[in-house]
Amino acid sequence: MIETSDKPRIEFTPERLERAKEILTHYPEGRQKSALLPLLHLLQEQEGWTPTEGMDYIAEFLGIQPIEVYEVATFYTMYHLEPVGKHVIEYCRTGPCMIMGGEEVYAHLKQKIGAQDGETSADQLFTIKPVECLAACGWGPCFQIREKYYTHLTIEKVDEIIDELRK
Amino acid sequence: MTTERPKILTDKTHIPGIETFDVYRKNGGYSAVEKALKTMTPDEVVEEVKKSGVRGRGGAGFPMGMKWSFLAKPEGVPRYLVCNGDESEPGTFKDHWLMKTIPHLLIEGMIVSSYALGANTSYIYVRGELMYVVRILEKAIAEAKAAGFLGKNILGSGYDLELYVQPGGGAYICGEETALLESLEGKRGNPRNKPPFPAVKGLYQCPTVVNNVESIATTSWIVNNGGDAYAAIGIGRSTGTKLISASGHLKKPGVYEIPLGLPVQEFIYSDEWCGGIRDGHHLKAVVAGGSSVPILPAAMLLKTANGEDRLMSYESLSDGGFATGTMMGSGGFIAMDETACVVKNTWNFSRFYHHESCGQCSPCREGTGWMEKVLHRIEHGHGSMHDIDLLVDVAKKIEGNTICPLGDAAAWPVASAIRHFRDEFEWHITHPQEATRPGAIFKGHMELV
Ligand SMILES: Cc1cc2nc3c(=O)[nH]c(=O)nc-3n(C[C@H](O)[C@H](O)[C@H](O)COP(=O)(O)O)c2cc1C
Ligand code: SF4
Ligand code: FES
Repeated sequence: MIETSDKPRIEFTPERLERAKEILTHYPEGRQKSALLPLLHLLQEQEGWTPTEGMDYIAEFLGIQPIEVYEVATFYTMYHLEPVGKHVIEYCRTGPCMIMGGEEVYAHLKQKIGAQDGETSADQLFTIKPVECLAACGWGPCFQIREKYYTHLTIEKVDEIIDELRK
Repeated sequence: MTTERPKILTDKTHIPGIETFDVYRKNGGYSAVEKALKTMTPDEVVEEVKKSGVRGRGGAGFPMGMKWSFLAKPEGVPRYLVCNGDESEPGTFKDHWLMKTIPHLLIEGMIVSSYALGANTSYIYVRGELMYVVRILEKAIAEAKAAGFLGKNILGSGYDLELYVQPGGGAYICGEETALLESLEGKRGNPRNKPPFPAVKGLYQCPTVVNNVESIATTSWIVNNGGDAYAAIGIGRSTGTKLISASGHLKKPGVYEIPLGLPVQEFIYSDEWCGGIRDGHHLKAVVAGGSSVPILPAAMLLKTANGEDRLMSYESLSDGGFATGTMMGSGGFIAMDETACVVKNTWNFSRFYHHESCGQCSPCREGTGWMEKVLHRIEHGHGSMHDIDLLVDVAKKIEGNTICPLGDAAAWPVASAIRHFRDEFEWHITHPQEATRPGAIFKGHMELV
């Protein structure tokens, strides 16, 4: 067992605890580990990222070893293993978006926010991450901020979106 | 004169409010559930799907009815239907569009398909990035359940079905069916060795069918209209219609439902479909079936080696093998005009495959990394002629030597780009300054259309 730090314990809020319990009903007896990915999303929705204390809580909740949670969280790209800004901008860097002018648009985005790939802006408002194809190729260039998709991006549109989020 | 096009998946998508149960139901929705559960046996549904000849729309094109008939049915063991909504193949966005636009079409298809297979619990696995679509589907499932189309004793038929949506965590490899099952069991998405196939040992070691979103959405129409009616659409063994995700330098990118057998030329240039290449530009190359399939120069895509019009069908797109043909794949149709750099795009795709390799097999893990590195070198003006042969060699060593087809999928784009655009690679090596200039366009002898 990893010695847990003296950081405060993380638990689901009562409302999320209800959702977590409902998710467990999706799987047959003894297969509750299937809930792991959805519960990690729930944790990230609550905390903004997936801190170790939260993963330990999920392990306890599912009755599995913490390592089983860590090895899954590190395999998938969506779980933020480090603290992030309020808005995480995940932009698609893959071919179809790139040939539609993605590079220019994303360069502008980074300059506007003042952060490079993987960085968080000084005001802690934005974290920017390049990701692979978001299944929106015909509507590219595109990015997503948390659950919301932003498509058909242009430099002007990026300005509008960021200005709005800064308000 | 415009021909009346068969619409199997998109006949209702233009109707305002179609994402709601009430509007969907008022427009004839869920009639396939009524028909199947009240008037057909499960085997009769399987029979119609077999007759339809519909092929899996996730990429491999395996006949759906045949897959269904392989499902093992041991006594007392649950069977599962899992819908593959992982959609992460670059160039593909049709399942995303279909699920968000008309979620009940997929749910209706899941009900009739689960009934046919004898599954009482089914899952729709959706890539985690599409969490907003997960929520749309969950809402639609709740509506369908409230109306008695899901749950216990559906429509008094004695058939029970629970349907759940499962989000992924961001990993292209989880689109591979055995990796998807691992992921659904709460594990890392490492593909399993086959055999055993999912039809025998799938989810929780139970018999399982995995089908693509579009494949499953098709089954309602087949139940309503019969397999023969479906097979009457299309051409040869490419029956029915297919959703094409059109992206790149087209006037009208988007999702189109085409009758299989439509000439490629018409799909690209007719105003009914993509409307041609954006103004002032010419078609240079196309990746016709998602990033994994071989890239073709425009002329080779439009006509087969013996000069016939190439058609949007499984057979015609692969006519000529890899020497002059490509594949239907997932139907991700990426059009590139003369401003697109084939070297750069190939590098971009190989970075994708390197990033997405699960790392289990060394040819894939090491080979994809190597290809990315060499392509990066060439693209940035530091390549040598030897590098081109090195790429061909690495691609060959990956192909066929891995647990899952991601290895092949990584090798084909590189091998085909060199096969058909070798001069463009050479130009990057012989004229690095010119080739790395921003906005550089290769003016080689490639035939533009
Ligand atoms: C690397 C890789 C990624 C795949 N991604 C998808 C996907 O996103 N969606 C999909 O339906 N099939 C995908 N497939 C194909 C599936 O393994 C499987 O063949 C398919 O879901 C079966 O459904 P179908 O017969 O209805 O096409 C992928 C295969 C591989 C090797
Ligand atoms: S081919 Fe690549 S992705 Fe597939 S199992 Fe092997 S390492 Fe993993
Ligand atoms: S390439 Fe950007 S969404 Fe597919």
